[in-house]
Amino acid sequence: MYDKSKSVALANLWVAFAAFFVAIILGLYQVMNRSGLFPELESHELYFASVSTHGVLMGFVLTTFFIMGFGYYTATTTLKRPLWNKGLAWVAFLVALSGTVMAAIPLLTGKASILYTFYPPLMAHPMFYIGATLLVVGSWIWCLEMIMSVITWRRDNPGKVVPLAMYGTTANAIMWLWTSAGVAIEMLFQLIPWSLGLMDTIDPGLARTLFSWTLHAIVYFWLFPAYIAMYTILPKMAGGRLFSDEMGRVAFIMLLVLSVPIGFHHLYMDPQQSAGFKFLHMLGTFGVAIPTLLTGFTVLASLEGAGRLRGGQGLFGWITALNWKEPMVVAGMLALFMLIAGGWGGMINASYSMNTLVHNTQWVTGHFHLIFAGTTVIMYLAVAYHLWPKLTGRRLASRGMAVFQLWLWMIGMMVLTMPWHVLGLLGQPRRISSTPYDSPLVQQWDPHELAMIVGGAILLFSALLFVLNLLMSHAARKLDSVSDDDWAIAVYPPMSVPKSMNGFVLWNGILTVWMIVAYGIPIVQLLILDAPGSMPWGY
Amino acid sequence: MHIDPLEKKWMYVVGFMTAVMIGSMAYAAIMLNMHPPSNVETIDPKTLHLSGEFAEDNLGATTNPDGSVTVRMVAARYSFYPQMIEVPADTDVKFRITSPDVLHGVHVPFTNMSTMVVPGYVSEVNTRFSREGEAQFLCNEYCGLGHDYMWSKLKVVPKG
Ligand code: HEM
Ligand SMILES: [Cu+2]
Ligand SMILES: [Cu+2]
Repeated sequence: MYDKSKSVALANLWVAFAAFFVAIILGLYQVMNRSGLFPELESHELYFASVSTHGVLMGFVLTTFFIMGFGYYTATTTLKRPLWNKGLAWVAFLVALSGTVMAAIPLLTGKASILYTFYPPLMAHPMFYIGATLLVVGSWIWCLEMIMSVITWRRDNPGKVVPLAMYGTTANAIMWLWTSAGVAIEMLFQLIPWSLGLMDTIDPGLARTLFSWTLHAIVYFWLFPAYIAMYTILPKMAGGRLFSDEMGRVAFIMLLVLSVPIGFHHLYMDPQQSAGFKFLHMLGTFGVAIPTLLTGFTVLASLEGAGRLRGGQGLFGWITALNWKEPMVVAGMLALFMLIAGGWGGMINASYSMNTLVHNTQWVTGHFHLIFAGTTVIMYLAVAYHLWPKLTGRRLASRGMAVFQLWLWMIGMMVLTMPWHVLGLLGQPRRISSTPYDSPLVQQWDPHELAMIVGGAILLFSALLFVLNLLMSHAARKLDSVSDDDWAIAVYPPMSVPKSMNGFVLWNGILTVWMIVAYGIPIVQLLILDAPGSMPWGY
Repeated sequence: MHIDPLEKKWMYVVGFMTAVMIGSMAYAAIMLNMHPPSNVETIDPKTLHLSGEFAEDNLGATTNPDGSVTVRMVAARYSFYPQMIEVPADTDVKFRITSPDVLHGVHVPFTNMSTMVVPGYVSEVNTRFSREGEAQFLCNEYCGLGHDYMWSKLKVVPKG
């Protein structure tokens, strides 16, 4: 038997879900404050401290720690050997955790109410920037751990195919190194020296450009583990096989190569970039829809196979024949449903010309809650239900409650995000804490403001059931044995794959060239342009 | 490498869909000249109020010899200045906007008027308003605790 690093995986996952639970409570407070129905609650100071904390906890803490924890489990159980360096995994955990605590102090005391995008020249307390950077440094150590685990495994198993789950995890680790470089440069060369007073002024246009480098692909960093679970856990839990292992590899490679050099779609409305580069990034943005469309097909085809094995007949009979008592199956279907519902909205955001209509309106908040808090997080929750018995050696406290909780999550997310989409189309700006505009528009907004409180309350209740279930599982009955080989097998398990689909050298090369064009040239242009800098501003 | 025939068909469908979307975007950009505001032009946020086109006296709407209108605005915490802009309907309007303090965003609901305002740069938006009446410029990027209060008025009057 090999050491599965279960405690470090569990520690990471618990930090993730603790952050998640705190942030959900803040989320409900935010929708209540925004609605204007609770005048005694209203406070701009509190609201923006809250939404900054909520964004950081959900966007950076939940995701990073979840990905690290899931990665350790994946690396050990797919490669069937201990981590490359077990001690380092704890170092990564402690670095990331101390960064989180360092950032949390200014956030909770209102010294960093600049939202999770921290756009200068608004300035936060330096501890916020340093803490956030440490969180990223912790995640880099995790990346190293994943990459080295695969490299050493391949050295010892020449010619063998890297298991798909680990291939995807490594793709994500490499992609994250590429992705996080943008914000790391922004932190080290702009925000930290500027907040410490070593630099008088800052170029907000350059800062936004560097942040956009991270901002797009970070969402794929979050989404990757959800896709990995859909390809490599879901088919097995549904009682079937993965439709195609190779297609999974193709999707992972495309995500790695395509998702980083396209961040300018966040800058469509920005004055500091020219139309030509925005157009170039738009091309890649539509390209990155391809791996998602391939994933949807492969996952549905795998599920259809499972449904038919269970006796499902006809065009749709396989859907009812699925095992709707299995949390992973329920989450997978609901995740795809929310992905489809949210995907068309993404096409509008991504559109070079239509973006104008929705840019920075509440539509955007609706869109990313649906795909991120919906599709991505529901898979995180299902992965947690799947892993908990394996990591604790105990039964899950209640599978019935788990299934119920997942349904509630989807319902709550729809009730929360559909009104937000409508509000956006009705012109409501995002990132507001109240609606004091003297305009007839405000009356049109009111009913939707009410609906989102209901959505927020459903989600909080759902999150409570989730956390309770995990907590109770630590005291549940011990299992006689746990299977660590619950990874899905493909219909045709590949005996060998082309070298390019077993490693990443070629893809890193292509990405290097593309990044030089897509980000290198615009950044050099900005440096030459040398726009007059901005002084720091409070808020 | 094993590819199922059904999968292959789906790949063609995906390729086709992507091509159609990119194609329509390229058509709008190249043939209809529809581009997002991308005016790479710098300005010093510390001194822009002292002289030049963004000095207080020069702000507002001016009609150009060719009949089109240029609107100069400053986005500063927490309003857009001047706080009331009047433009004729169905006329080409060019907005030139900049910020002396932090990042802002501005849009007029139900129109194509939308841009980020980044200190150090001048944003330029070209558009036309077809619906007459009162509308609002709303700030859509967090700019501080008063962000909600950052808005101003636009009046679209009959052309003539
Ligand atoms: C009870 C459920 C939730 C509620 C009621 C809620 C509510 C909100 C609200 C009102 C905002 C401010 C949006 C704006 O004005 O632009 C916000 C922002 C945000 N939410 Fe949530 N949220 C919930 C769950 C989640 C989840 C599960 C995630 C992700 C895992 C998430 C991620 C974020 C992020 C990253 C932001 C920052 C957006 C920004 O700064 O513009 N939220 N949320
Ligand atoms: Cu993006
Ligand atoms: Cu604002």
